[in-house]
Amino acid sequence: MIRTSKLNQLNQFLNETGGMASFALRYFRERGKAGYEFKEFLKQCYFTGYTSFPLVGLTGFIVGMVLTMQLRPALVQYGVESQLPQMVGIAIIREIGPIITALIFAGKIASSMGAELGSMKETEQIDAMEVSGTSPFKYLVVTRVAAATLTLPILVILADAVALYGSFVGMNIRSNTSFTLFFRQVMGILKFGDVLPAFVKTFFFGFAVGLIGCYKGFNAAKGTEGVGKAANTAVVIASVSIFFIDLIAVQITDLLGLN
Amino acid sequence: MDAPTVSAAPATQMISPEPVILIEQLCVTFGTRVILDRFDLSVAKQENVVVLGRSGAGKSVLIKCIIGLLTPDSGDILVFNKDVPKLDHLELDKMRAKVGFLFQNNALYDSMTIRENLEFPLKRHWIGLTRQDVNDRVMDALNSVGLAYTVDMMPGELSGGMAKRIALARTLILKPEIILYDEPTTGLDPITAKEISELIVDLQKRFQTTSIIISHDMHCVKLVADRIAVLINGKCHADGTYRELEQSTEEEVRGFFE
Repeated sequence: MIRTSKLNQLNQFLNETGGMASFALRYFRERGKAGYEFKEFLKQCYFTGYTSFPLVGLTGFIVGMVLTMQLRPALVQYGVESQLPQMVGIAIIREIGPIITALIFAGKIASSMGAELGSMKETEQIDAMEVSGTSPFKYLVVTRVAAATLTLPILVILADAVALYGSFVGMNIRSNTSFTLFFRQVMGILKFGDVLPAFVKTFFFGFAVGLIGCYKGFNAAKGTEGVGKAANTAVVIASVSIFFIDLIAVQITDLLGLN
Repeated sequence: MDAPTVSAAPATQMISPEPVILIEQLCVTFGTRVILDRFDLSVAKQENVVVLGRSGAGKSVLIKCIIGLLTPDSGDILVFNKDVPKLDHLELDKMRAKVGFLFQNNALYDSMTIRENLEFPLKRHWIGLTRQDVNDRVMDALNSVGLAYTVDMMPGELSGGMAKRIALARTLILKPEIILYDEPTTGLDPITAKEISELIVDLQKRFQTTSIIISHDMHCVKLVADRIAVLINGKCHADGTYRELEQSTEEEVRGFFE
């Protein structure tokens, strides 16, 4: 009995992975075809990027500030308090900025894509689009995935900047550091190998969030429960995928000697 | 053994000199469940044919096969003498420009205004129209369903009957030769349902369209049907006018009329 249930779970996992891989292949195939839905792409960029910025910015500010305030006592203990900007700078740029932003992005965007496409499927809007001479995949999926892939890296850059500012504010709660000195210390420690891999991996995070959100919505089961489940699983899978991609990115960075 | 048809001739050998839709031996299965089993139907030009059947009988599957949203397992679906399942993507788009489809849930795009909803198929199928042409066509279509004032509203602001009319306007905007209606009066109150049924008849007369109407609302069926095909067990079980089928001796057919 237990064995059958495990086999069923494995079967479901393989089906899901295969389905997602074929969905990704279809994305690249359809993206290569002529007739790009540029207006819809811009609309999605606005939605995924511009409307996400307040949330991402606020989170970045708080994380930068809290991280600084938490690290300070430990650094004071070892007498290296002056290294605080460098330490926070590296942590934010290399890891915390991209991961936190991608997770917030997954929570907001993957769920909304899953729910929107799922409910469009439920109310036959996707069929109506096809009847209207439009490829729903190209109009709905390609534009959304491309927008998520492009806007997340921009959001990460902005979130990093806001987080560093939060860190500066956090530092000035207990000490008095000028912004110029703080900025010089952060920039002085950062190397090409810190910035580039962290930036490149955010494209993959964005792609994963967009793809998983759309896949779950496009393949949502019937009924309101199906739509809710699509939104929920989209967030869960997108969040876990972000950590997996990060793990792989760290290994590749290490192999390339960029660490 | 197949049940006898009520009409003198089988559906595929209709008296029509020019069938615009011809369905022969159509079979559709979902898994092990047989939905359509060698289904035959012929629809003549400017004819209103109602497909009557119980819920889950496969009526919606039938019209989704006609428009190419579902691919049948076997059989032919000839629309304007072209076999729909064998059409490539471009040919299918060309065929769809001449066939309107009214969805059961209206399927209005809820993130777009009514104007954008109506412009959507127009801009896709008829590339090269000027802004003025598009606007004129949108207003014409809305006027034909009596809802010109909703042009800048969102679908969420409309009542069920209004949403149905707007969906009908979106279907009409391409000036289709064939319109497929999927349960056009479902979920509407009797008065609005009657208005929609009358609108269907009126539009059919004005635009001289050919229609297949999926319904089990007998008031609507009586108003709109030139001919009725009864779908039972995946087959076209009976075929005739309202009056002929009303007098059917078969219990399964008569059940719809009681």
